[in-house]
Amino acid sequence: MTRKKPPRTVQEFMALACAMESEASDRYEELADQLTAHHNREVAELFAKLSRIEGKHRDQIMARMGWTTAPAAPDVAWETPEGPETTDYGDLHYLMQPYHALKLAEHNERRAVTFFETLAHARVPEEVRAMAAEMAGEEREHVRLIEEWLAKVPPPERGWDEDLDPPNAVD
Amino acid sequence: MTEAIPLTPASFKSDVKPVWCPGCGDYGVVNALGKALTKLALQPENVAVVSGIGCSSRIPAYTSCYGFHGVHGRALVVGTGLKIARPDLTVIVTGGDGDGYSIGGNHFMHACRRNVDMTYIVMDNRVYGMTKGQPSPTTEPDWDSKLSPEGTGLREFHPMVIALASGANFIARGFTGDPNGLAELIAQAVRHPGFSFVEVLSPCITFRPEQLEWKKMVRPGALKPTADLTRASRNILRDDGFGLGVLFAGERPAFQPRGVQAARPVSDLERRFAL
Repeated sequence: MTRKKPPRTVQEFMALACAMESEASDRYEELADQLTAHHNREVAELFAKLSRIEGKHRDQIMARMGWTTAPAAPDVAWETPEGPETTDYGDLHYLMQPYHALKLAEHNERRAVTFFETLAHARVPEEVRAMAAEMAGEEREHVRLIEEWLAKVPPPERGWDEDLDPPNAVD
Repeated sequence: MTEAIPLTPASFKSDVKPVWCPGCGDYGVVNALGKALTKLALQPENVAVVSGIGCSSRIPAYTSCYGFHGVHGRALVVGTGLKIARPDLTVIVTGGDGDGYSIGGNHFMHACRRNVDMTYIVMDNRVYGMTKGQPSPTTEPDWDSKLSPEGTGLREFHPMVIALASGANFIARGFTGDPNGLAELIAQAVRHPGFSFVEVLSPCITFRPEQLEWKKMVRPGALKPTADLTRASRNILRDDGFGLGVLFAGERPAFQPRGVQAARPVSDLERRFAL
Protein backbone atom coordinates (compact mmCIF):
# COMPACT_ATOMS: atom_id res chain seq x y z
CA MET A 1 0.00 0.00 0.00
CA THR A 2 1.32 3.46 -0.77
CA ARG A 3 0.37 6.61 1.01
CA LYS A 4 -2.54 8.21 -0.79
CA LYS A 5 -2.84 11.41 1.22
CA PRO A 6 -2.08 12.48 4.77
CA PRO A 7 -4.93 12.95 7.25
CA ARG A 8 -6.39 16.46 7.04
CA THR A 9 -8.44 16.53 10.22
CA VAL A 10 -8.04 15.32 13.79
CA GLN A 11 -10.99 13.00 13.17
CA GLU A 12 -9.20 11.41 10.20
CA PHE A 13 -5.94 11.23 12.09
CA MET A 14 -7.49 9.52 15.10
CA ALA A 15 -9.37 7.07 12.85
CA LEU A 16 -6.02 6.18 11.30
CA ALA A 17 -4.38 5.78 14.72
CA CYS A 18 -7.32 3.63 15.80
CA ALA A 19 -7.01 1.41 12.69
CA MET A 20 -3.29 1.07 13.35
CA GLU A 21 -3.75 -0.09 16.95
CA SER A 22 -6.61 -2.35 15.95
CA GLU A 23 -4.61 -4.05 13.17
CA ALA A 24 -1.64 -4.51 15.54
CA SER A 25 -3.90 -6.04 18.21
CA ASP A 26 -5.55 -8.41 15.73
CA ARG A 27 -2.18 -9.52 14.39
CA TYR A 28 -0.74 -10.24 17.84
CA GLU A 29 -3.84 -12.32 18.52
CA GLU A 30 -3.27 -14.27 15.29
CA LEU A 31 0.37 -14.82 16.25
CA ALA A 32 -0.71 -16.05 19.68
CA ASP A 33 -3.02 -18.55 17.96
CA GLN A 34 -0.23 -19.71 15.66
CA LEU A 35 2.13 -20.42 18.51
CA THR A 36 -0.59 -22.03 20.60
CA ALA A 37 -1.15 -24.46 17.73
CA HIS A 38 2.57 -25.22 17.80
CA HIS A 39 2.71 -25.67 21.59
CA ASN A 40 4.94 -22.67 22.19
CA ARG A 41 2.79 -21.59 25.10
CA GLU A 42 5.15 -19.05 26.64
CA VAL A 43 5.43 -16.91 23.50
CA ALA A 44 1.75 -17.43 22.68
CA GLU A 45 0.85 -15.93 26.07
CA LEU A 46 3.20 -13.05 25.47
CA PHE A 47 1.63 -12.29 22.08
CA ALA A 48 -1.83 -12.51 23.65
CA LYS A 49 -0.72 -9.97 26.26
CA LEU A 50 0.64 -7.66 23.55
CA SER A 51 -2.69 -8.00 21.73
CA ARG A 52 -4.54 -6.89 24.86
CA ILE A 53 -2.18 -3.93 25.29
CA GLU A 54 -2.71 -2.75 21.69
CA GLY A 55 -6.45 -3.31 22.10
CA LYS A 56 -6.35 -1.06 25.17
CA HIS A 57 -4.62 1.66 23.13
CA ARG A 58 -7.36 1.39 20.50
CA ASP A 59 -10.03 1.65 23.24
CA GLN A 60 -8.32 4.72 24.71
CA ILE A 61 -8.43 6.46 21.32
CA MET A 62 -12.08 5.53 20.90
CA ALA A 63 -12.96 6.78 24.38
CA ARG A 64 -11.14 10.04 23.77
CA MET A 65 -13.05 10.57 20.53
CA GLY A 66 -16.37 9.42 21.98
CA TRP A 67 -16.63 6.57 19.49
CA THR A 68 -18.57 3.48 20.49
CA THR A 69 -17.49 1.49 17.43
CA ALA A 70 -14.23 1.79 15.57
CA PRO A 71 -14.63 3.98 12.48
CA ALA A 72 -13.62 2.75 9.07
CA ALA A 73 -9.97 3.49 8.37
CA PRO A 74 -9.81 6.68 6.27
CA ASP A 75 -8.47 6.73 2.76
CA VAL A 76 -5.01 7.48 4.02
CA ALA A 77 -2.32 4.97 4.67
CA TRP A 78 1.21 4.29 5.67
CA GLU A 79 4.17 3.64 3.39
CA THR A 80 4.52 -0.03 4.35
CA PRO A 81 1.94 -2.65 3.23
CA GLU A 82 0.50 -2.79 6.72
CA GLY A 83 0.45 -0.45 9.70
CA PRO A 84 3.76 0.41 11.38
CA GLU A 85 2.81 -1.52 14.52
CA THR A 86 1.77 -4.68 12.69
CA THR A 87 4.12 -7.66 12.85
CA ASP A 88 4.96 -9.29 9.54
CA TYR A 89 3.72 -12.90 9.32
CA GLY A 90 7.15 -13.95 8.06
CA ASP A 91 8.91 -12.82 11.25
CA LEU A 92 7.69 -15.80 13.24
CA HIS A 93 9.54 -18.98 14.11
CA TYR A 94 7.93 -21.92 15.84
CA LEU A 95 10.82 -22.15 18.33
CA MET A 96 11.05 -18.44 19.03
CA GLN A 97 11.46 -17.26 22.59
CA PRO A 98 9.96 -14.35 24.56
CA TYR A 99 13.05 -12.30 23.76
CA HIS A 100 12.33 -12.57 20.02
CA ALA A 101 8.70 -11.61 20.49
CA LEU A 102 9.67 -8.56 22.51
CA LYS A 103 12.27 -7.56 19.92
CA LEU A 104 9.49 -7.63 17.32
CA ALA A 105 7.28 -5.51 19.57
CA GLU A 106 10.13 -3.05 20.11
CA HIS A 107 10.68 -2.82 16.34
CA ASN A 108 6.97 -2.15 15.82
CA GLU A 109 6.83 0.57 18.48
CA ARG A 110 9.89 2.25 16.97
CA ARG A 111 8.21 2.24 13.55
CA ALA A 112 5.17 3.85 15.14
CA VAL A 113 7.36 6.59 16.64
CA THR A 114 8.85 7.30 13.19
CA PHE A 115 5.42 7.30 11.57
CA PHE A 116 3.96 9.83 14.00
CA GLU A 117 7.11 11.96 14.07
CA THR A 118 7.03 12.18 10.29
CA LEU A 119 3.40 13.23 10.41
CA ALA A 120 4.17 15.76 13.14
CA HIS A 121 6.45 17.51 10.65
CA ALA A 122 4.29 17.00 7.56
CA ARG A 123 2.32 19.62 5.67
CA VAL A 124 -0.91 18.99 7.50
CA PRO A 125 -3.09 21.30 9.65
CA GLU A 126 -1.52 22.42 12.91
CA GLU A 127 -3.97 20.47 15.07
CA VAL A 128 -3.10 17.24 13.24
CA ARG A 129 0.62 17.94 13.68
CA ALA A 130 0.08 18.56 17.39
CA MET A 131 -1.88 15.33 17.79
CA ALA A 132 0.79 13.40 15.84
CA ALA A 133 3.49 14.82 18.12
CA GLU A 134 1.48 13.72 21.16
CA MET A 135 1.08 10.21 19.71
CA ALA A 136 4.81 10.07 18.92
CA GLY A 137 5.45 10.83 22.58
CA GLU A 138 3.14 8.03 23.65
CA GLU A 139 4.86 5.60 21.31
CA ARG A 140 8.26 6.62 22.67
CA GLU A 141 6.94 5.72 26.10
CA HIS A 142 5.87 2.32 24.74
CA VAL A 143 9.40 1.78 23.38
CA ARG A 144 10.78 2.55 26.84
CA LEU A 145 8.40 0.09 28.49
CA ILE A 146 9.28 -2.66 26.02
CA GLU A 147 12.98 -1.99 26.58
CA GLU A 148 12.44 -2.37 30.34
CA TRP A 149 10.58 -5.60 29.72
CA LEU A 150 13.34 -6.85 27.42
CA ALA A 151 15.96 -6.18 30.07
CA LYS A 152 14.22 -8.73 32.31
CA VAL A 153 14.13 -11.44 29.64
CA PRO A 154 17.20 -13.58 28.95
CA PRO A 155 18.46 -13.40 25.36
CA PRO A 156 18.30 -16.71 23.52
CA GLU A 157 21.19 -19.06 23.72
CA ARG A 158 23.12 -20.06 20.63
CA GLY A 159 21.32 -22.80 18.72
CA TRP A 160 17.88 -21.82 20.03
CA ASP A 161 16.38 -22.73 16.65
CA GLU A 162 17.98 -26.16 16.41
CA ASP A 163 15.42 -28.94 16.19
CA LEU A 164 16.40 -32.62 16.17
CA ASP A 165 13.25 -33.41 14.22
CA PRO A 166 12.67 -30.33 12.07
CA PRO A 167 9.52 -30.06 9.94
CA ASN A 168 11.57 -29.92 6.75
CA ALA A 169 13.39 -33.21 7.40
CA VAL A 170 12.98 -35.51 4.43
CA ASP A 171 14.85 -38.60 5.66
CA MET B 1 -37.30 -4.83 13.07
CA THR B 2 -33.80 -5.37 14.48
CA GLU B 3 -30.91 -3.76 12.72
CA ALA B 4 -28.37 -6.15 11.17
CA ILE B 5 -25.01 -6.05 12.95
CA PRO B 6 -22.33 -5.10 10.41
CA LEU B 7 -19.85 -7.88 9.83
CA THR B 8 -16.14 -7.48 10.44
CA PRO B 9 -13.26 -9.57 9.04
CA ALA B 10 -13.37 -11.60 12.26
CA SER B 11 -16.95 -12.63 11.37
CA PHE B 12 -15.52 -14.69 8.50
CA LYS B 13 -13.11 -16.66 10.68
CA SER B 14 -14.16 -19.96 12.17
CA ASP B 15 -13.22 -21.22 15.62
CA VAL B 16 -10.76 -23.65 14.06
CA LYS B 17 -7.24 -22.29 14.39
CA PRO B 18 -4.88 -22.80 11.44
CA VAL B 19 -2.12 -25.36 11.87
CA TRP B 20 0.16 -23.91 9.21
CA CYS B 21 3.78 -23.31 10.18
CA PRO B 22 4.23 -20.01 12.04
CA GLY B 23 5.48 -17.58 9.40
CA CYS B 24 3.56 -19.23 6.54
CA GLY B 25 2.21 -16.84 3.92
CA ASP B 26 -1.18 -18.54 3.85
CA TYR B 27 -2.20 -16.74 7.06
CA GLY B 28 -2.22 -13.58 4.99
CA VAL B 29 -4.82 -15.06 2.65
CA VAL B 30 -7.24 -15.94 5.47
CA ASN B 31 -6.76 -12.40 6.71
CA ALA B 32 -7.27 -10.86 3.24
CA LEU B 33 -10.27 -13.06 2.46
CA GLY B 34 -12.06 -11.89 5.63
CA LYS B 35 -11.33 -8.27 4.76
CA ALA B 36 -12.48 -8.74 1.15
CA LEU B 37 -15.77 -10.39 2.14
CA THR B 38 -16.38 -7.61 4.66
CA LYS B 39 -15.74 -4.99 1.94
CA LEU B 40 -18.21 -6.82 -0.30
CA ALA B 41 -20.81 -6.81 2.52
CA LEU B 42 -21.46 -10.52 1.98
CA GLN B 43 -22.89 -12.81 4.61
CA PRO B 44 -20.91 -15.99 5.44
CA GLU B 45 -23.91 -18.17 4.58
CA ASN B 46 -23.94 -16.78 1.04
CA VAL B 47 -20.33 -17.67 0.34
CA ALA B 48 -18.85 -21.10 -0.38
CA VAL B 49 -15.11 -21.69 -0.12
CA VAL B 50 -13.99 -24.77 -2.03
CA SER B 51 -10.50 -26.25 -2.02
CA GLY B 52 -8.42 -29.18 -3.18
CA ILE B 53 -5.59 -30.80 -1.22
CA GLY B 54 -2.43 -29.31 0.22
CA CYS B 55 -1.41 -26.92 2.99
CA SER B 56 -3.30 -23.96 1.52
CA SER B 57 -6.36 -26.10 0.80
CA ARG B 58 -7.11 -26.20 4.51
CA ILE B 59 -8.60 -22.75 4.16
CA PRO B 60 -12.32 -23.65 4.10
CA ALA B 61 -12.08 -24.93 7.68
CA TYR B 62 -10.70 -21.61 8.81
CA THR B 63 -13.61 -19.57 7.49
CA SER B 64 -17.18 -19.34 8.77
CA CYS B 65 -18.51 -19.63 5.18
CA TYR B 66 -19.79 -22.86 3.70
CA GLY B 67 -16.80 -24.96 2.79
CA PHE B 68 -15.79 -28.01 0.84
CA HIS B 69 -12.32 -29.49 1.27
CA GLY B 70 -12.28 -31.63 -1.83
CA VAL B 71 -10.18 -33.95 -3.91
CA HIS B 72 -6.64 -33.23 -5.08
CA GLY B 73 -6.71 -31.02 -8.17
CA ARG B 74 -10.49 -31.07 -8.46
CA ALA B 75 -11.44 -27.94 -6.53
CA LEU B 76 -12.42 -26.09 -9.71
CA VAL B 77 -14.67 -28.95 -10.77
CA VAL B 78 -16.56 -28.82 -7.48
CA GLY B 79 -16.66 -25.04 -7.58
CA THR B 80 -18.00 -25.02 -11.13
CA GLY B 81 -20.74 -27.51 -10.30
CA LEU B 82 -21.72 -25.55 -7.23
CA LYS B 83 -21.92 -22.24 -9.06
CA ILE B 84 -23.97 -23.76 -11.88
CA ALA B 85 -26.41 -25.32 -9.42
CA ARG B 86 -26.48 -22.36 -7.03
CA PRO B 87 -25.76 -19.17 -9.01
CA ASP B 88 -26.93 -17.15 -6.01
CA LEU B 89 -23.84 -18.18 -4.01
CA THR B 90 -20.49 -16.44 -4.19
CA VAL B 91 -18.07 -19.25 -4.97
CA ILE B 92 -14.42 -18.90 -4.04
CA VAL B 93 -12.09 -21.71 -5.01
CA THR B 94 -8.74 -21.92 -3.25
CA GLY B 95 -5.63 -24.06 -3.39
CA GLY B 96 -1.93 -24.23 -4.03
CA ASP B 97 0.33 -24.39 -7.05
CA GLY B 98 0.70 -28.17 -7.00
CA ASP B 99 -3.02 -28.75 -6.63
CA GLY B 100 -4.01 -26.14 -9.19
CA TYR B 101 -1.33 -26.33 -11.86
CA SER B 102 -0.21 -29.95 -11.81
CA ILE B 103 -2.87 -32.36 -10.61
CA GLY B 104 -5.57 -29.85 -11.50
CA GLY B 105 -3.78 -28.25 -14.44
CA ASN B 106 -6.25 -29.35 -17.05
CA HIS B 107 -9.19 -28.23 -14.94
CA PHE B 108 -7.50 -24.85 -14.54
CA MET B 109 -7.35 -24.26 -18.29
CA HIS B 110 -10.92 -25.34 -18.85
CA ALA B 111 -12.26 -23.36 -15.92
CA CYS B 112 -10.67 -20.29 -17.53
CA ARG B 113 -12.26 -21.27 -20.87
CA ARG B 114 -15.71 -21.87 -19.36
CA ASN B 115 -15.71 -18.52 -17.58
CA VAL B 116 -18.21 -19.51 -14.91
CA ASP B 117 -18.65 -16.65 -12.42
CA MET B 118 -16.32 -17.59 -9.57
CA THR B 119 -12.99 -16.59 -8.08
CA TYR B 120 -9.94 -18.83 -7.98
CA ILE B 121 -7.24 -17.95 -5.45
CA VAL B 122 -3.99 -19.86 -5.82
CA MET B 123 -1.45 -19.60 -3.01
CA ASP B 124 1.76 -20.16 -4.93
CA ASN B 125 4.84 -21.09 -2.89
CA ARG B 126 6.54 -22.99 -5.71
CA VAL B 127 6.76 -26.21 -3.71
CA TYR B 128 4.70 -29.15 -2.44
CA GLY B 129 4.93 -28.27 1.24
CA MET B 130 2.53 -30.77 2.74
CA THR B 131 4.40 -33.73 1.27
CA LYS B 132 7.84 -32.48 2.36
CA GLY B 133 9.13 -30.21 -0.34
CA GLN B 134 8.97 -31.72 -3.80
CA PRO B 135 9.25 -29.28 -6.73
CA SER B 136 5.93 -28.10 -8.12
CA PRO B 137 5.09 -26.82 -11.61
CA THR B 138 6.11 -23.28 -10.65
CA THR B 139 9.42 -24.26 -9.02
CA GLU B 140 12.47 -22.69 -10.62
CA PRO B 141 14.43 -25.22 -12.77
CA ASP B 142 17.61 -24.75 -10.75
CA TRP B 143 16.09 -25.04 -7.26
CA ASP B 144 18.51 -27.43 -5.62
CA SER B 145 17.09 -29.46 -2.77
CA LYS B 146 17.44 -32.88 -1.22
CA LEU B 147 14.49 -34.12 -3.25
CA SER B 148 15.58 -32.45 -6.47
CA PRO B 149 19.39 -32.44 -6.51
CA GLU B 150 20.68 -29.77 -8.92
CA GLY B 151 17.11 -28.84 -9.72
CA THR B 152 14.59 -30.33 -12.09
CA GLY B 153 15.90 -28.56 -15.18
CA LEU B 154 12.28 -28.03 -16.22
CA ARG B 155 11.00 -24.60 -17.12
CA GLU B 156 8.31 -23.18 -14.88
CA PHE B 157 4.62 -23.23 -15.63
CA HIS B 158 3.41 -19.65 -16.16
CA PRO B 159 -0.08 -19.49 -14.61
CA MET B 160 -0.93 -15.96 -15.70
CA VAL B 161 -0.01 -16.64 -19.34
CA ILE B 162 -2.03 -19.85 -19.29
CA ALA B 163 -5.00 -18.09 -17.66
CA LEU B 164 -4.91 -15.30 -20.22
CA ALA B 165 -4.58 -17.67 -23.18
CA SER B 166 -7.33 -19.93 -21.85
CA GLY B 167 -9.91 -17.21 -21.38
CA ALA B 168 -9.97 -16.14 -17.71
CA ASN B 169 -11.93 -12.90 -17.49
CA PHE B 170 -9.95 -11.34 -14.63
CA ILE B 171 -6.31 -11.94 -13.75
CA ALA B 172 -4.40 -10.44 -10.84
CA ARG B 173 -1.39 -11.08 -8.67
CA GLY B 174 -1.21 -10.40 -4.93
CA PHE B 175 1.22 -10.98 -2.08
CA THR B 176 0.48 -12.39 1.37
CA GLY B 177 2.77 -9.83 2.99
CA ASP B 178 0.28 -7.17 1.91
CA PRO B 179 -3.07 -8.51 3.17
CA ASN B 180 -4.75 -5.11 2.71
CA GLY B 181 -3.71 -4.90 -0.93
CA LEU B 182 -4.62 -8.55 -1.44
CA ALA B 183 -8.07 -7.98 0.10
CA GLU B 184 -8.71 -5.26 -2.46
CA LEU B 185 -7.66 -7.57 -5.32
CA ILE B 186 -9.90 -10.39 -4.04
CA ALA B 187 -12.84 -7.99 -3.71
CA GLN B 188 -12.32 -6.81 -7.29
CA ALA B 189 -12.03 -10.40 -8.48
CA VAL B 190 -15.32 -11.38 -6.81
CA ARG B 191 -17.11 -8.33 -8.22
CA HIS B 192 -15.84 -8.98 -11.75
CA PRO B 193 -18.17 -11.22 -13.76
CA GLY B 194 -16.88 -14.55 -15.04
CA PHE B 195 -13.84 -16.55 -13.99
CA SER B 196 -11.45 -14.47 -11.89
CA PHE B 197 -7.98 -15.75 -11.18
CA VAL B 198 -5.85 -14.34 -8.36
CA GLU B 199 -2.30 -15.63 -8.23
CA VAL B 200 -0.95 -15.06 -4.70
CA LEU B 201 2.74 -15.17 -3.87
CA SER B 202 2.69 -17.01 -0.53
CA PRO B 203 6.11 -17.82 0.96
CA CYS B 204 6.75 -21.28 2.39
CA ILE B 205 8.90 -20.57 5.43
CA THR B 206 9.75 -24.24 5.97
CA PHE B 207 10.86 -25.52 2.58
CA ARG B 208 11.57 -22.24 0.79
CA PRO B 209 12.80 -19.82 3.50
CA GLU B 210 14.53 -17.79 0.81
CA GLN B 211 11.05 -16.69 -0.27
CA LEU B 212 10.96 -14.38 2.76
CA GLU B 213 12.94 -12.08 0.47
CA TRP B 214 9.85 -11.68 -1.71
CA LYS B 215 8.68 -8.82 0.45
CA LYS B 216 11.65 -6.83 -0.87
CA MET B 217 11.02 -7.93 -4.45
CA VAL B 218 7.30 -7.31 -4.97
CA ARG B 219 6.18 -4.05 -6.56
CA PRO B 220 2.62 -3.00 -5.70
CA GLY B 221 0.73 -1.41 -8.53
CA ALA B 222 3.15 -2.71 -11.15
CA LEU B 223 0.52 -4.51 -13.22
CA LYS B 224 -1.83 -2.23 -15.11
CA PRO B 225 -5.35 -3.46 -15.78
CA THR B 226 -6.51 -3.66 -19.36
CA ALA B 227 -9.32 -5.38 -21.23
CA ASP B 228 -7.08 -5.66 -24.27
CA LEU B 229 -5.67 -9.16 -24.70
CA THR B 230 -2.70 -8.09 -26.79
CA ARG B 231 -1.66 -5.43 -24.31
CA ALA B 232 -2.20 -7.82 -21.39
CA SER B 233 -0.04 -10.50 -22.98
CA ARG B 234 2.70 -7.98 -23.70
CA ASN B 235 2.56 -6.77 -20.08
CA ILE B 236 2.69 -10.25 -18.60
CA LEU B 237 5.58 -11.33 -20.79
CA ARG B 238 7.56 -8.28 -19.65
CA ASP B 239 6.70 -8.92 -16.00
CA ASP B 240 9.28 -10.67 -13.78
CA GLY B 241 6.73 -12.43 -11.58
CA PHE B 242 6.81 -9.86 -8.78
CA GLY B 243 4.53 -7.17 -10.16
CA LEU B 244 1.33 -6.91 -8.12
CA GLY B 245 -2.08 -5.71 -9.25
CA VAL B 246 -4.74 -6.45 -11.82
CA LEU B 247 -3.32 -7.53 -15.16
CA PHE B 248 -6.49 -8.19 -17.12
CA ALA B 249 -10.15 -7.31 -16.64
CA GLY B 250 -11.99 -8.71 -19.64
CA GLU B 251 -15.49 -8.12 -20.89
CA ARG B 252 -16.66 -11.64 -21.69
CA PRO B 253 -20.05 -12.43 -20.17
CA ALA B 254 -19.99 -15.15 -17.54
CA PHE B 255 -21.12 -18.60 -18.64
CA GLN B 256 -24.29 -19.96 -17.08
CA PRO B 257 -25.82 -22.95 -18.90
CA ARG B 258 -29.34 -22.42 -20.16
CA GLY B 259 -32.07 -24.39 -18.49
CA VAL B 260 -30.21 -24.78 -15.21
CA GLN B 261 -32.22 -23.31 -12.39
CA ALA B 262 -31.27 -22.83 -8.82
CA ALA B 263 -32.56 -25.39 -6.33
CA ARG B 264 -33.83 -27.77 -8.98
CA PRO B 265 -35.11 -30.89 -7.24
CA VAL B 266 -32.79 -33.87 -7.44
CA SER B 267 -35.77 -36.00 -8.45
CA ASP B 268 -35.93 -34.05 -11.76
CA LEU B 269 -32.37 -35.02 -12.51
CA GLU B 270 -32.98 -38.62 -11.49
CA ARG B 271 -35.89 -38.80 -13.94
CA ARG B 272 -33.74 -37.49 -16.79
CA PHE B 273 -31.03 -40.09 -16.14
CA ALA B 274 -33.45 -42.98 -15.56
CA LEU B 275 -32.76 -46.00 -17.79
